[in-house]
Amino acid sequence: MNMSALLIEPFANYGFMRRALVSSVALGLGSGPLGVLLMLRRMSMIGDAMSHAILPGAAIAFLLVGSISMFAMWMGSIIASLIVALLAGIVSQTTVLKEDASFASFYLTSLALGVLILSLSGSNIELLHVLFGTILAIDAQAIFLVGLITSFTLITLAVIYRPLVLHCFDPGFLRSVGERGAIYHLLFLFLVVINLVAGFQTLGSLMAIGMMILPAVIAKLWARTLPVMALIAAVSAVTSGFFGLLASYHLGFASGPSIIISASLIYAVSLIIGPYGTRTSIYNRSH
Amino acid sequence: MNHSGIYLHKVSIAYDRQLVIDDLSGAFEFGTMTAITGPNGAGKSTLIKTIMGELLPDSGKIDLGGISNSTLGYLPQSLTIDRSFPISVIDTVILGTWPRIGPFSGVTSEMEYEATDALSAVGLSGFGRRSICTLSAGQFQRVLFARLLLQDPKIILLDEPFNLIDNRTTQDLLSIIVRWHDEKRTIIIILHDFEQIRAHFPNTLLLARKSIAWGPTENTLSSANLLSAQSIADGWSKEPKLYSKLLEI
Repeated sequence: MNMSALLIEPFANYGFMRRALVSSVALGLGSGPLGVLLMLRRMSMIGDAMSHAILPGAAIAFLLVGSISMFAMWMGSIIASLIVALLAGIVSQTTVLKEDASFASFYLTSLALGVLILSLSGSNIELLHVLFGTILAIDAQAIFLVGLITSFTLITLAVIYRPLVLHCFDPGFLRSVGERGAIYHLLFLFLVVINLVAGFQTLGSLMAIGMMILPAVIAKLWARTLPVMALIAAVSAVTSGFFGLLASYHLGFASGPSIIISASLIYAVSLIIGPYGTRTSIYNRSH
Repeated sequence: MNHSGIYLHKVSIAYDRQLVIDDLSGAFEFGTMTAITGPNGAGKSTLIKTIMGELLPDSGKIDLGGISNSTLGYLPQSLTIDRSFPISVIDTVILGTWPRIGPFSGVTSEMEYEATDALSAVGLSGFGRRSICTLSAGQFQRVLFARLLLQDPKIILLDEPFNLIDNRTTQDLLSIIVRWHDEKRTIIIILHDFEQIRAHFPNTLLLARKSIAWGPTENTLSSANLLSAQSIADGWSKEPKLYSKLLEI
C-alpha cells in the first residue's frame, strides 16, 4: 500500500469520508481555541459534565420525535447541556459541595439517565453510535450545521476575546473597571455547549470533550502565549481528526475513539519533545 | 452631597454571618494619603472591597463624593492572580487603558508608547515582550503598578501591596505612591509595617472591626491605641468557631 492509498484515497473515493473530514476540520478549528480557554479557566470538569448531558438530551429528543431527527437531537442536547451547566454551577456556589464533586455527580446522573432512556427505546447499535460517534450519519445538512457553529464560535470569540481573557486572568480587575464578567462567562459556556453538540456525531457524547481538552493540553506543552496556544490547539485538533478518520477507515474502529487516540498520541509525543514538556522539568530539576 | 472626599456613615459589614466592620464613620478627604492598619481579621480588606462596591454594607452608607467606583484604581492582594497565565507583560500593562477603550475598541500606538513609558517608570524597561510567568513576585507587582499608572485614577486603593515583596521593589513602589500623593491623588493603603506608615503616610486608620483611632499617624499609632487594638483582637481568638466552618468538608 502506498502513501496515496493510505492517506488520500479513502477521502477521494468515498463521500462519507469527505464529509467526515470537512466536519472534523471545522470542529477542530472551533474546539481547539475553546479548549485552551476552558483549560485556563480551570473548567475541564464543567465541560465534562456538559458533554455527558448531551446523552439524555439527545435520547429524550429521540424518544419524543420517534426517529433519528438530527435537528431534534441537537436541540435536546443543547438544552440538556445548558441545564446541567447552570444547575451544577448553582449547586457548587450555594452548597458546601466543591465544584468537582458537584460536577462529577451531575455527569454520572446524566450518563446513567441517557443510557437508560436509550436502552428503553432503541437498539444497542444506536446507543453505541450516540456514545462513540458514527461518521456514516454525517450528511450535507450536518456539515452545514457544524460549519455554522464553527463560524459563529470563531467570530464570537474574536469579538469577546479581550473581556473573556481578562475575566479569566484577573476577574477582580474586570469588576473594578465596572464590567460584568458573568455575561461573557455565559456566552462562553454557550459556545462550549454548541461545539460539544456539533462534535457528538463524529466523536460521540463520551468523547466530544476530548476534542477540546487534549488539543489544549498539547498547546500548553508548546507555547507560552495565548494566540499561539489557540493556533496550536486548532492545528492539533484538525490533525487528530484527519489521522483518526483514517485509522477508523483502515482498521474499522469507531471514529470517536480513533480521533481521541490520535490526539493522545500527539499529546504523548509533545510530553517528550515539547519545550514545556517533561524534558524541561527534568532538566530544570537537575539544576 | 459632599464632594470633597469618601465618606463613611455608620457603616457595618457582616461577612460569613459575622460582623466584620461595626459602625464605622469617618472620611478619606480627597488628596490625602491614609494607611489602614490593624490586627489580622480586623476588616481592612473587607472595608476596601466595600468601598470598591464588591461588597455591600449591611447598614450605613458609603458616599464616594460623586465618583463612580468603576473609576477607582484598585490593587487587591496579588496572591489572587495566577501568574502562570499566558499573557505578556506589555499586554498586562495595556489593560490599564480599559476605562478609556472598554472591552471592544482597539489599542492605539500612542497607548503602547504609554505602556512602554509606564514600564520604564516602574523600572522594567525592556520587559514588555516577556511572559508574566518569567517574573518574580516583586517584578509582577511592578507590572501591576504600571497598569495603575495607565489607568490614571484619582483615587487609588492598595491592599497590602508590599506583602512578600523584596525590599528594593518596596522602596521603588513607595516612591511612586508618594509621587501619586504629590499629584493630589487620594490614596488608601493597607499596611502592617508601622515604621513604613510613620515614615510615609500622614494619616492612619487603626481598625479592629471598629475604628480604634483615625487621624494623624503619630496620634493614631500611640502605644495605648495599639495595645487596645491588640486586646480586642485577642478576644476574637476566644470566640467559638463558626458553625458554617464546621460544615465545610
